[in-house]
Amino acid sequence: MLLEVRDLHVEFHTRDGVAKAVNGVDYSVNAGETLAVLGESGSGKSVTAQAVMGILDIPPGKITQGEILFQGQDLLKLKEEERRKIRGAKMAMVFQDALSSLNPVVSVGDQLGEMFQVHKGMSRKDSRAKAVELMDRVRIPAAKERVGQYPHQFSGGMRQRIMIAMALALEPELIIADEPTTALDVTVQAQVMDLLAELQRELNMGLILITHDLGVVADVADKIAVMYAGRIVERAPVHEIYKAPAHPYTKGLLESIPRLDQKGQELYAIKGLPPNLLAIPPGCAFNPRCPLARDRCRTDVPPLYDVTESPVKRASACHFWKECLHG
Amino acid sequence: MAEAILEVRGLHKHYPLTRGILFKKQVGAVRAVDGVDFDLAAGETLGIVGESGCGKSTVAKMLVNLERPTSGEIRYKGEDISKLSPRALKAVRRNIQMVFQDPYTSLNPRMTVGDIIGEPYEIHPEVAPKGDRRRKVQDLLDVVGLNPEYINRYPHQFSGGQRQRIGIARGLALQPEIIVADEPVSALDVSVQAQVVNLLGNLQTEFSLSYVFIAHDLSIVRHISDRVGVMYLGRIVEIGTDAEIYEHPTHPYTQALLSAVPVPDPEARAHRERIILTGDVPSPADIPSGCRFRTRCWKAQERCTLEVPELAVPAVFRLTESPAKHDSACHFAEEKQVVPPEDDGEEPPSP
Amino acid sequence: MPEPEPFEPLESYGEEGRAIASTGAGGASDLATAEAETLEKNLGGPEGAGPDKKARSLWSDAWHDLRRNPVFIISGLVILFLVIISIWPQLIASGDPLDCDLSKAQEGSQPGHPFGFNGQGCDVYTRTVYGARTSVTVGVLATVGVAILGGILGGLAGFFGGAWDGFLSRITDVFFAIPVVLGGLVLLSVVTSSTVWPVIGFMVLLGWPQLSRIARGSVITAKQNDYVQAARALGASNSRMLLRHITPNAIAPVIVVATIALGTYISLEATLSYLGVGLKPPTVSWGIDISSASQYIRNAPHMLLWPAGALAITVLAFIMLGDAVRDALDPKLR
Repeated sequence: MLLEVRDLHVEFHTRDGVAKAVNGVDYSVNAGETLAVLGESGSGKSVTAQAVMGILDIPPGKITQGEILFQGQDLLKLKEEERRKIRGAKMAMVFQDALSSLNPVVSVGDQLGEMFQVHKGMSRKDSRAKAVELMDRVRIPAAKERVGQYPHQFSGGMRQRIMIAMALALEPELIIADEPTTALDVTVQAQVMDLLAELQRELNMGLILITHDLGVVADVADKIAVMYAGRIVERAPVHEIYKAPAHPYTKGLLESIPRLDQKGQELYAIKGLPPNLLAIPPGCAFNPRCPLARDRCRTDVPPLYDVTESPVKRASACHFWKECLHG
Repeated sequence: MAEAILEVRGLHKHYPLTRGILFKKQVGAVRAVDGVDFDLAAGETLGIVGESGCGKSTVAKMLVNLERPTSGEIRYKGEDISKLSPRALKAVRRNIQMVFQDPYTSLNPRMTVGDIIGEPYEIHPEVAPKGDRRRKVQDLLDVVGLNPEYINRYPHQFSGGQRQRIGIARGLALQPEIIVADEPVSALDVSVQAQVVNLLGNLQTEFSLSYVFIAHDLSIVRHISDRVGVMYLGRIVEIGTDAEIYEHPTHPYTQALLSAVPVPDPEARAHRERIILTGDVPSPADIPSGCRFRTRCWKAQERCTLEVPELAVPAVFRLTESPAKHDSACHFAEEKQVVPPEDDGEEPPSP
Repeated sequence: MPEPEPFEPLESYGEEGRAIASTGAGGASDLATAEAETLEKNLGGPEGAGPDKKARSLWSDAWHDLRRNPVFIISGLVILFLVIISIWPQLIASGDPLDCDLSKAQEGSQPGHPFGFNGQGCDVYTRTVYGARTSVTVGVLATVGVAILGGILGGLAGFFGGAWDGFLSRITDVFFAIPVVLGGLVLLSVVTSSTVWPVIGFMVLLGWPQLSRIARGSVITAKQNDYVQAARALGASNSRMLLRHITPNAIAPVIVVATIALGTYISLEATLSYLGVGLKPPTVSWGIDISSASQYIRNAPHMLLWPAGALAITVLAFIMLGDAVRDALDPKLR
């Protein structure tokens, strides 16, 4: 197992109280595998990723419990110095907003080259050559001429490719991509996702794709973890989850999106409000919005039930998953 | 088709590029909108899709007179509203209202919900007598699915979806005939988008509204629209009914756009043909000659460089009765199915 | 029974989403993703505080922060004290600042005269107390003048843009190029009046460009908000947009800069008076006293110390107040 997150809890201390952003998340990724973490804003999907990368702001954030095993080693027990060596070299991150993630006053070539200078101790000249190589690899035309240009001289799609190049620079074993294509146009989105998937195959990396877009997930993921109110509510291989969701939240999400190939009348809409992280409802966090909810859901927190139907391993955090799956 | 309530003809918006501080010299122009024509029939929804920078938002702004066209006409019931006097314009504005994209910046944070929704009546006092306004505002809150008791709250006390409902209520206050919605759900969470899309659909029936619905999300546009126009670099390149555009696209850009949309169905992954366009959209300050899509088009030939394709039914389809017979601005238009037809599509699990 | 969700009454209306505190929530770091930002906003949301939470506007939010800020409390108390004694100096000083006895010149502290006497034999304590009135008057009036003139000119330039804006920007550039003290030496040296008005007039003349620049920028920012566009689409007039939508959303930076500037105007008055071109006797002013005391600094430092100390504390108090107000109003910090 390349990465295993076990029972992770993250809190934020704020003026108005303690916000429980992540409340016991377990997931794992193998080399060459793509895990999609699906959730809406506030579901804790990005906070989990930041905890894995070690870039969570502490304070106000605080990891209160859990383990993050990377190649068998618990990252939370490492010193900051040791973690820094892993970051970039063994795991890297691609962010949503490439423009604000790149330094506007440093040339793209220097920013790419910096990775080699810092981690590999290369000379400026050698790192420049490496930067050109990387830009070629992410298919930026005329890389040699453009290596000295600044981020604003590139289009949005190209900047995102530069971010990918930067993440790939040291051939890490794990890539975390946080909404990598959300800010891009749909035709460019397809280019960038294809590139990411292809490089992942080539380098046999593990990929954690964080997104709210069910379409993107269906296109590239091997397995999915659906998050709600800081917990995983459903975990399954990608085909199964779209065919037959085992959690009412997943089911609601799938039904609420309009489809390109269908002209529906009324869309199904999940009622109610996403939970307030300062006051997560007792029992199942989804119960106020759930069509299946009954008394038990308001008191008992559902564990992540094993709902494996051999040979497909899957899990759902719903007391009434059978009803959801077969009903 | 019912009578057109809004006719747009030859609409252009060019922003001059100038150089020099004291003596300004025009060195070029950003052609944000560069010749757009369409009709909007009473009671219908026209969807306009396109990527960022294609000029769709500028079109929306000109429709509600937030921008003046460089040239062209916007005729509301036969009258060109882009050249009206301020007084006449104010009367027309009552009938064409806008819903904005960002529910966080479109509501004044210093005003209560009651003041925001009631402001249209202060500007147009003839619509509602003073004593009546509070009740009208509460009715509107109820219509958009908000608790009428929240009339004294401030926008920051509401979620994104609720704020968008407030924006919609403001748009409805003057009982307009046309609502121009510029990306009204793209800033919202997935599960909330459906609620707002449904609301817009219900309001259309209830108040017999006509919509111009502008979005980059092709799935939502299909869901809500009767007809769809596809914009690229300041022009409509293809326009037709939703079935014509989605199931029988004839313009290569429409085909590429549709094929690039991720479909939430992993089964489709294997047998879907995807057209991945190369390169980026050219700058609207430097539009290619001839067909503006030719620099990214796999079909481009010499003719495309020389001759601007008109938005009309392509010659090959003119005598047919196929659904491919609709306006498409391509010299080499041909039908290509990129979205599986509705019947073959797998049914989503029903609730 | 489960705890009621804060917005539960809305449930029946099919509501969604969380309440969000403010439009300008800042990212926690460069790395903050959209979600992290939403979370940030979420955390500050009023929803968490319960269903009966009163409406909080920017100003009440700011006041909520200010009341808990020791910097604000201290500077506020100092300023309150200054304002009171400049209105009623008799409250704490029974003497007359112009009642001087040359025989007591330069004498030190003695009963009834805690700060001693100055070079003319006037009571330093009384003069220091009465000097506050001059400083506060000059500071407040100059600031009000600058804020009104600069705010209106800059605001209109920002709102209408175009040629008027270009013209005004060039004018402000010219004014920025004038060194304040040199300008004061030249312009005020021809004035003979011993009132405070020439000094205030000079400060307004040189100070408005700074405020106009701030006001212009903040109006341009506010103007771009969709709610201004929405009002325009409704057919709102320019004056409605300016008064109802733009001014309330653009005024905060102007207030912050004006508060900080108030302190600098007080010190500028002292500087000009020290140089002999500001206020002139018989006006009582810290600047004049500092000026006349500076020649005796070796044998009678107390004459300099008290008015200079009062001046330093006053200026510091206004600058600290401005800082505290900025922290409370700055949307980037909330």
